[in-house]
Amino acid sequence: MPDFLLEIGLEEVPSRMLAAAQQELAARVDTLLHEHRLLESAFQITAFSTPRRLAILVSGVIPRQPDIEEELIGPSWKIAWQQESFSPAATAFARKAGVTVDALRKIATPKGEYVGATVLRQGETASAILATALPACVAGLSWPKNMYWREGKPERFVRPVRWLVALLDSEILPFHFAGQVAGNSSRGHRILHGAEAVPLHHASEYASRLREAFVLVHPDDRRHIIRKALDRATRLIPNARWREDAELIETVVHLTEWPTVLSGAFEAEYLALPQEVLVTVMRDHQKYFAVEDTHGALLPHFLTVLNTEVDEAGQAIIRHGNERVLRSRFKDAQFFWNADQKTPLAERVELLRAVTFQKELGSYFWKTEQNLRIAEVVSKTIQSRGKILNHAALLQSVLLAKTDLTAELVKEFTELQGIVGGLYARAQGLGETVAAAIYAQYTPASMEDSIPSTIEAQILGLVDRIQTISAMFSIGNIPSGSRDPFALRRAGNAIIRILAEAALPLRLSELIAAAGQAETPVAAFLRERLSFYLKESRGFSYDVIAAVLAADADDVLDACARCEALTRVRGSADFMAVAAASRRIRNILAQAKQAGSDWSAADNGLLAEPEEQALLAASERLSEQVKALRLRHEYTLALEAIASLAPTVDAFFARIMVMAPQADLRAARLRLIDSVLASISGIAEFAEIVNA
Amino acid sequence: MSAFHPPLSSGNLADTDQPAVPLTFQELLFRLQTFWASRGCVLQQPYDVEVGAGTMSPETFLRVLGPRPYRVGYAQPSRRPADGRYGENPNRLFKHTQFQLILKPPPANIQELYLDSLAAIGIDLRRHDLKFEEDNWESPTLGAWGIGWQVMLDGLEITQFTYFQQCGGIDLDPITAEITYGLERIAAFLQDVDSIYDIVWMRDPDTGYEIRYGEIRLEDELQFSVYNFEYADVEKLWEHLRLYEAECQALIDGAQTLAALDDVAQIRRYPLLSAFDLCLKCSHLFNLLDARGAISVTERVGVIARIRALAVGVARAYTSQQTAARKVTADA
Repeated sequence: MPDFLLEIGLEEVPSRMLAAAQQELAARVDTLLHEHRLLESAFQITAFSTPRRLAILVSGVIPRQPDIEEELIGPSWKIAWQQESFSPAATAFARKAGVTVDALRKIATPKGEYVGATVLRQGETASAILATALPACVAGLSWPKNMYWREGKPERFVRPVRWLVALLDSEILPFHFAGQVAGNSSRGHRILHGAEAVPLHHASEYASRLREAFVLVHPDDRRHIIRKALDRATRLIPNARWREDAELIETVVHLTEWPTVLSGAFEAEYLALPQEVLVTVMRDHQKYFAVEDTHGALLPHFLTVLNTEVDEAGQAIIRHGNERVLRSRFKDAQFFWNADQKTPLAERVELLRAVTFQKELGSYFWKTEQNLRIAEVVSKTIQSRGKILNHAALLQSVLLAKTDLTAELVKEFTELQGIVGGLYARAQGLGETVAAAIYAQYTPASMEDSIPSTIEAQILGLVDRIQTISAMFSIGNIPSGSRDPFALRRAGNAIIRILAEAALPLRLSELIAAAGQAETPVAAFLRERLSFYLKESRGFSYDVIAAVLAADADDVLDACARCEALTRVRGSADFMAVAAASRRIRNILAQAKQAGSDWSAADNGLLAEPEEQALLAASERLSEQVKALRLRHEYTLALEAIASLAPTVDAFFARIMVMAPQADLRAARLRLIDSVLASISGIAEFAEIVNA
Repeated sequence: MSAFHPPLSSGNLADTDQPAVPLTFQELLFRLQTFWASRGCVLQQPYDVEVGAGTMSPETFLRVLGPRPYRVGYAQPSRRPADGRYGENPNRLFKHTQFQLILKPPPANIQELYLDSLAAIGIDLRRHDLKFEEDNWESPTLGAWGIGWQVMLDGLEITQFTYFQQCGGIDLDPITAEITYGLERIAAFLQDVDSIYDIVWMRDPDTGYEIRYGEIRLEDELQFSVYNFEYADVEKLWEHLRLYEAECQALIDGAQTLAALDDVAQIRRYPLLSAFDLCLKCSHLFNLLDARGAISVTERVGVIARIRALAVGVARAYTSQQTAARKVTADA
């Protein structure tokens, strides 16, 4: 079976987009071939990408679609067969279907009888189908940012398309896209191979030909080589290892076609700068790997991944060039650090008046005032519940938290905001509590990141984020769909994680109220974040989360504990029986309510049946028991107690018809099951639980 | 200073051998000019109004509008008052020099041409590491943005490469490619000096006598930093800004009747080029006020919007002037 090769040659595609694009192209080609029945069962799709190309190699393509018989349905039999012969309508249908009238048959369908014809659809060749379908397949790739480049602006794409290759084995599929016609010549590495074309005689030789032209088309190969080369380069430095950085590895994998690694060094005096600054310069600005000793302390070395392979003289030139750039960046950082110390953080509070937080709202000075107000309340609440914290240090850290936005070093390295403030606070002798809080105020920055370790930093993080969220909500900047320009969801996630993982005794409603906005949209938003956290970070199932949050979604810690307990017991048969009973009760009550029943004043004395009395007694007992266990946060015990209700409630439903004909008896039974539901619903609404 | 001598001329521009002596600052410019002139570019002189970047010269800002193909290269001293460091920082300048290249529409081999231009200034790419890294460009004050790269050579950004998509708020067709070489950076790299001020600007080929960048430029870095940060009279700057803005706006307003005219000479003589100069003046005054710390946060957004309105106004008026002139000419 033939191999199919598609390569799209491009000007350098942004590294951040390549992995997703490679995957998407593979999926699109896969779908295309599947839909056209062009894949044999043992097909294989391999996707490739480099900065200058996306490519797909499929083995096991069927050269020609199998012929298929297709049943076509025409007009109804009544219209087709008139006066013992086929009517003109039937003749027309036969013509359209490409068969003679003799081939028409009567077909019975659920909708009635129709005239039908079986036609043989001849399979088309893979090359014909692909040549027609590929332009749309390629054009449909979605990119985060597109551009025009050709006159008349006929298409948008990530970068200009410079060549196309489409081969079925050795046959060229000459499809047109973006001003190019697909052929069989690819291109090699810009420098190592040069501008000369790389002819491909067969689809299957793609990777090997390109390797000869100094292009490793498979990102996995480049990743492997880069890791090996980093190891090798580090071995030349005594007691050193390179600082693992998976994200940077991906970046350089997608920035290179022929990667090699080169090490360089810088003057040890720069190690006096905070390592956060050094690493930011190396990693974020220069895409260098930092080198550390076996204890994790930085060494005055770096590793850079080249997109070329050079001789020793070339290595010396490139090393020298990179060292030169790094030195001047470090020199700048040192200059800014020293210059910034002339104005201590405390003096910078005033300067925040000139830094906009949000133009409809105010400056960072304004935000700082708001944060202070919120911090005061939150701190008191948390302390009143027995947590010990340094209130004065907390307020000082809130006051100074944003001042580093006025520092030259942060203007130069914006990604270091917070961190620089913390380092300056430490350098200026403001104490470790204040420094640590300012330093960690933006953590966790992602779901993987850990939360701040000190309680003051945790509270600063909560306060700063709830202020931002409620202020943004107040001017209508509410995230919707994929639009969340102020990253409020991330802020919300961080609030939930801090509350959950630092076990802070604070309800979401209290935090929202402290921010001065008892607004339901903020509450709903944070509830959504809580639900997201329980699902994504804690892995609870949807129905457990829904059941738990329906009972109460205000106390993050408590919600986590209830989810755990519920997950533990949900497997038991008794529990599932209670869940089923809950659903039943909920439905009965809903229907009764709709029918106008009122059972609030019903008389328990009418419950004479033994099953009724048993359930009443069990429910009253359970109610007290669950309440007590809930207070002690003994959720598993509480849920086990609830599950023990299963036989009683099952017996009740087996024997008793709730909707009795007599109104007063009916009301009494409704009241009974309502109280059963109430007694078990404090921990979770079991009606939300679905059968496993 | 000795008598002026013509520059060393290179026999073969495509020669990739590293020159024994690296290019002087002025030779670097000559090489780039010669390279691009020999590929069909007009060579222009720097624009004689203060600009913050080569993009702001009418040779870019106005030429990229409309359908007419154009290729031009020019050096552009670019003033950024806030970047001034009194000549004390070896890497930062109030006024740096860009070599700006405009290719409208971009040829299909534009990247290869660009690589050839690097060879022409003595960079042997077989012994360097070159990467095109994503870097999109946007200028809110010009209502302009584009897609492109920063070109990294051994870890140093030496060029900004942009496919303009919009300028003056107008969607462009054809697209223009802009290549901006940072001359000081490249010269410092080629000459391997740690300070811009140590760059050899000129070398007498007979005597070897050298003049360095600092000798020529340090004084204005110092004095302009002093003026921009300390002396510039804020009230007068605001006043100048108001005056230039009013005059520019009046010219934009007056252009509204152009489309209705049927006399091509009448259409053509309307001074929108002058209106654009006035807009540039405003932009520079804004930069001065900004450097002076005279623009509060609330004002800042507003002033940017005012200048953007001028840039967009001129771009629109200029486009309709060109369209009207072409239409009348075609009709005649």
